[in-house]
Amino acid sequence: MKLSTNFLKDYLDIDINSKEDVYNLAENMTKVGNEYDSEGMLIEATNLVIGEVLECKMHPDSDHLHVCKVNTGKEVLQIVCGAPNVRKGLKVIVALPGAKLPGGEIKKSVIRGVESNGMLCSIAELGLESKFLREEDKAGIHELDKDAPVGEDPIEYMHMKDGVIDFELTANRGDLLSILGMAYEVGAIYNKKVKDIDLSHKEEGKLDFKLNIATDNCSLFLAKKALNVNIHESTPEMKEKLMASGIRPINNVVDISNYVMLETGQPLHFYDADKLLGMIEVRMAKEGEKLTTLDKQERTLSIDDIVISDGKRAIGLAGVMGGLDTEITENTKNIIIESAIFDSVKIRRTSNKILRSEASNRFEKGLDPNRTYMAMERACTLLEKYADAKIVSGMEVYDKTNKEDKKIDITVDNINSLLGSSLTEKEIIDIFERLAFKVEKNGDKLEVYVPSRRLDISIKEDLIEEVGRIYGVDNIQGRLKEMTIKKGSYDNTTREIRNKMVNLGLNETLTYSLVNEKEADMFTLKNNGIIKMLDPLTEDRNALRQSLITSLLKTYEYNVARDNKDICLFEIAKTFYKENEDYKEENKLACLMTGEYYLGLNTKQVDFYIIKGVCEEVLDYLGYSGRYSFVQDKEKLPKEMHPGKSAAISVNGDIVGLIGRITPEICKEEVYVMEISLDKLLIKKVGKMKYKELSKFPVVKKDIAVLVNKDITAQEMLKTIKNNGGKLLLESKVFDLYEGKGIPEGKKSIAFSVTLGAQDRTLTDEEINKVMEKVITGLQSKHGAELRK
Amino acid sequence: MEEQVKQIEKSALEELKSCTELKALEETRVKYLGKKGELTALLKQMGSLSKEERPVIGSMVNKVRDELEEIISSKEESLKKEEIAKKLESEKIDVTLPSTKIRRGSKHPLNRIIEEVEDLFVSMGYDVISGPELETDEYCFERLNLPKGHPARDMQDSFYITTEYLLRTQTSAVQARAMMANKEKSPIRVIVPGKTYRREDDATHSHQFNQVEGLVIDKDITFADLKGTLEVFMKHMLGEDTKLRFRPSYFPFTEPSFEVDVSCFKCGGKGCNLCKHTGWIELLGSGMVHPNVLKMNGYDPDKYTGFAFGTGLDRLAMFKYGITDMRLLYANDVRFLSQFDRKD
Repeated sequence: MKLSTNFLKDYLDIDINSKEDVYNLAENMTKVGNEYDSEGMLIEATNLVIGEVLECKMHPDSDHLHVCKVNTGKEVLQIVCGAPNVRKGLKVIVALPGAKLPGGEIKKSVIRGVESNGMLCSIAELGLESKFLREEDKAGIHELDKDAPVGEDPIEYMHMKDGVIDFELTANRGDLLSILGMAYEVGAIYNKKVKDIDLSHKEEGKLDFKLNIATDNCSLFLAKKALNVNIHESTPEMKEKLMASGIRPINNVVDISNYVMLETGQPLHFYDADKLLGMIEVRMAKEGEKLTTLDKQERTLSIDDIVISDGKRAIGLAGVMGGLDTEITENTKNIIIESAIFDSVKIRRTSNKILRSEASNRFEKGLDPNRTYMAMERACTLLEKYADAKIVSGMEVYDKTNKEDKKIDITVDNINSLLGSSLTEKEIIDIFERLAFKVEKNGDKLEVYVPSRRLDISIKEDLIEEVGRIYGVDNIQGRLKEMTIKKGSYDNTTREIRNKMVNLGLNETLTYSLVNEKEADMFTLKNNGIIKMLDPLTEDRNALRQSLITSLLKTYEYNVARDNKDICLFEIAKTFYKENEDYKEENKLACLMTGEYYLGLNTKQVDFYIIKGVCEEVLDYLGYSGRYSFVQDKEKLPKEMHPGKSAAISVNGDIVGLIGRITPEICKEEVYVMEISLDKLLIKKVGKMKYKELSKFPVVKKDIAVLVNKDITAQEMLKTIKNNGGKLLLESKVFDLYEGKGIPEGKKSIAFSVTLGAQDRTLTDEEINKVMEKVITGLQSKHGAELRK
Repeated sequence: MEEQVKQIEKSALEELKSCTELKALEETRVKYLGKKGELTALLKQMGSLSKEERPVIGSMVNKVRDELEEIISSKEESLKKEEIAKKLESEKIDVTLPSTKIRRGSKHPLNRIIEEVEDLFVSMGYDVISGPELETDEYCFERLNLPKGHPARDMQDSFYITTEYLLRTQTSAVQARAMMANKEKSPIRVIVPGKTYRREDDATHSHQFNQVEGLVIDKDITFADLKGTLEVFMKHMLGEDTKLRFRPSYFPFTEPSFEVDVSCFKCGGKGCNLCKHTGWIELLGSGMVHPNVLKMNGYDPDKYTGFAFGTGLDRLAMFKYGITDMRLLYANDVRFLSQFDRKD
């Protein structure tokens, strides 16, 4: 809402003249909750004066420039002017040297050898918005009236000295979409009373048309008739206020409908009465019904749109825009005035679909029925005054609204106990009176009568907000209340995992949940449905990801394109999928590793075993040591993974994630990834951390090397060793692997280090040999292992 | 014989003086004190001496032997030390060569902010809770006093999945969840950090962003408590000199509602590009929980009052670390991420 301070001053005695006054008003409004986007003067140009062209000669060195002598009251200046319409005797706007125009500062200069001490201006050069410029404004310099006083301020002379504040209002303050509403608000801040609006006019004759309201979506409809209007240009004052409010002047009658809307907040519509085929009817549109609106666009309507009809055809899209057939033209004589309230939700839907307008914006926010009546009277007053209209007596009225002031009971304690303030009753009553709310005392209670214009106020808390904002919440001291303490549910496991990953040398990323539909189920077994957006912003982000690897891979590519190397990333985030018709979220941890992991002179490239180490570190840290295994089963791996260099991660026998290399078909470079479902993992119980007695007796380490078939995994063999080792076997691990020269084709040599010991004694050679023999026999019988000497 | 002893002593002392290596020292020792050494040989000749001479010469020889042994052993010690020193010297390495280590990880700045906010509020007795990102219209809007068709829904363009499900536009959705989950309807004091989504994408808006929501419900909660809490919050995050400005505003789920500006920490309120020359930066939305919201979620508004607040963590992270372009937070350029690799 653009507020013209001139317009405001019609209803409030307030000193707002300078640029500084306008800024202060804007700031004061901000403090009570009305933010602004911009503020300033309608015409920001300075150092302007009315001048008269005394002499106008062609420039000796140009075919279009003129050299003028211009009387500015104090002196006669020589100014070079290029406008085609400059001539002797013209009253002009002179920008003196030092004048600041939107195009820059005016300086004394020499133009093609001739001295020029200023500039003769067009309206456009003063910075008026282009949508308000007429053809003549674009063609040349502005021609002032013959009687324009030389030496005076041309902006004031043209009635264009005005402040404009563009407010960004909150959705609940529809009342501020009117000058009157603004006047009440500003009046409350500056403690000024709002002036009465002039509604006086004469009426004669008798109404000759009928009204039919055929829908519940219209709660109030008023119609009146005005005859013999005289159509011409509006007064400069009215045109200026419209422009300052952002509305383009058309002619006096159309301007009046906009002017009254700006004053009261009630949109009006004027129909050319002679073009109506009969009565006025409000109904829902028929499906597919056509209507050509004022902007000459043919609109196709649906049963959710409210229309005005003349009994034969739609003549207006209620609350949004009138129809072209019945619009006011230069030849219009008689008009029907509509002032009505339509259902705000219906208007909102229609305007979202078809067109947003100044009118629809006001209907959507809700209207005060008292203003509907006021606007009708005001329109008649102005039509009589500015268009010589004869107002027909009587009014067609359909009214289902409640126009009473709302009464809300409140106590001083109610207010202070919600604000934490210590306001007195007198202070509170004073605030309500500033807001022009009637207050009656009834014992402890204050009975506050909220005017119908304040649709946003319906409960006590709304009134408390009014008190708070006018009093100024900056005046209330903040405090920290003592409260009972209760055990929280906060679980920091995610944070611990994050810290672990950071300590393992990975960079944490934050990527988008939305991806392209085609990527949504990459790196999964594609067992679940993809969740798609009904109305995506772009095709790139039209579905929710099921795996974080997709995002990490994109991030990897982004970094490679920027020549970043040694990329090791991780992220903890939600993934989403559809199971039957249920929407599910799943928390996952994923990482991607490539390039050098060890730094220094002895670097090491990331391979499967490095990412496996990262995975084990996390699982061991979380307490799953000894409960997980890596399963090399193609059936359990997404097709995006390298089948020979990937595995499913199994914890307690359930698959919780995957690990391995991305298939070279997707990624030529060796890129290793891992993803674990934290939801699946963390429900698995882990034992409590507990101290185990240190053994007082020495342990024995034995190494064994065996030849086995290549495809037998270390994991299988370690399991055999463990199963055969019994209680005395404390630990077993692989310490060497050899294939190649000296080893038969298809075989490998693998060496294990086995630690034996007991809590209560030193083992005898006999005991040790017995265990080792069992272990070796196990390996031989289970895996066909051959002991190497 | 006496002369001989003196002669041996003299030449032994001279030889010892010139010994610079352990090997030469040992040779000298053997030469004079060994089994076949010169001094030992003298002792063996003692039998040929007279009774009177024997003790005199004997003690003379013993004295010389003791003297030589002492010199040899002290010389041996110092030579050994020298040799070790020499060996260590030869093992010297270049300590300025690069270390061997794994690469250093880093924590995303947004999660750093979240952890910082969590730690602050946990220290003040708040619980940290979360809710679904794929939320229902009911929890995201309806239970927050935003029925369908409410004009304030225009402020939030949403990603809908069906007419009932959407990506949550605000962490406020968890307000209703926290109230509904509290079966005894006892006091609540929680914060909710998390991801939120809105259907807009431009230089200053990312369609995915992060918020933290705060909700406190108890008896006698006032605006002063909201103000006090946000003062602590903002001063902690942005510096003790930070000032707050509460501007009345409108949110359907709070009444009264306030937008909160913080004094510009870049210029201290004097006006700069960051604060668009206003001295203030809009950072939070807040207010007293609307009685309809309390009622709809099972709390008696005659007994309880509460406050709620929410703020964008992306902007907070940008301000705190001086990040000028929001898109950097989501681009995940390793050169950017790696800068957040230490204790702050």
